[in-house]
Amino acid sequence: MVPVSYYIILSAILFSLGALGVLIRRNALVVFMSIELMLNAANLAFVAFTRIHETFSGQIFVFFVMAVAAAEVAVGLALVVAIYRSRQSIDIDSMNSLKG
Amino acid sequence: MSLELVLFFVLAAIAIATAVGMLISRSTVYAALHLVVNFVSVAIFYLLLDAPFIALSQVAVYAGAIMVLFLFVIMLLGLENIAGELEWKKLLWPLVMAGILLVEGVFLVLQRIGQNVYVGTTGTALSDPSLMARVLFTDYMLPFQVTAVLLLVAMIGAIVLSKPEKKSATPLKPDGAKEA
Repeated sequence: MVPVSYYIILSAILFSLGALGVLIRRNALVVFMSIELMLNAANLAFVAFTRIHETFSGQIFVFFVMAVAAAEVAVGLALVVAIYRSRQSIDIDSMNSLKG
Repeated sequence: MSLELVLFFVLAAIAIATAVGMLISRSTVYAALHLVVNFVSVAIFYLLLDAPFIALSQVAVYAGAIMVLFLFVIMLLGLENIAGELEWKKLLWPLVMAGILLVEGVFLVLQRIGQNVYVGTTGTALSDPSLMARVLFTDYMLPFQVTAVLLLVAMIGAIVLSKPEKKSATPLKPDGAKEA
C-alpha cells in the first residue's frame, strides 16, 4: 500500500521540474516538452485524487486534459514550424519583436 | 516494505531522472526520448492507481502520437543538435523559483491531506472501463462533444499555420527594422 500523498508529492516534483524547464531552456521544442511534463504531473494528481474520492470524475478530466494536450501540441508545433520558416531559428530569446 | 512501495520508489526514481535528463540533454532527440520513458513510467503509476484505461491512453496518446509529432518536427526542421544552449550562470533564479514552487506544493499536500490515506490495487470498481464509459457518456456528454470540435479546430489550425506562405505576400521585416 502506497500513501496517496507520495503520489501527490511526486506530481509536485514533476510539475516543478517542468516549470524549471520552461524557465531555463531557450529551445522552443524543449519548452513544449516541459509543458507536456507539467500537464502529465497534473494528470497524475487527478488520478491519485480519483483514488481517494472513489469517483470517476478525475479519470474523465484526465481524458479531457489529454485531448486538450493533443490539440495544443498540434497547433504549437505548427507555430514552431511557421516561426522557423520566417526566422530560421526557434530560440525563444530571438522572438522579441514586441520588446520596446 | 511491501513490493508495491518498492515498485513506487523505483518508478519515481525513473520518472524524476528522465525529467531531469530531458532538462539537461544537449540534443532535442534525446530530450524527446527521455520524455517517452517518463510518460511510460507515469502510465505504470496509473496502473498502480487502478486506472488501466487512462494508462493505455497515456501510452497511445502521449508516448505514441504526441512524441511522434515532436520527433517528426525535430527531424523536419533539422534541430537535433542544440549544444551549448544551457548557461549555468543564468540558472540561479529559475532554480530558486522552481524550488519555491516545489516547497509550496509539498507543504500544501502535507497540510491538507496528511500521510494517513493509503491506496493500493484493491481491484475496486474504479478500474472498470465500462463503468467509466457510462459516466463519460451520460454526465460528461457535452464536454465530450466539445472535445470533438476542439480537435477539429486544432486540426484546421495546424493545416492553416503550416501552409507555405504565398509569394505575393509582403515579406516579414528582419530584426531591427524600426522605421516609423
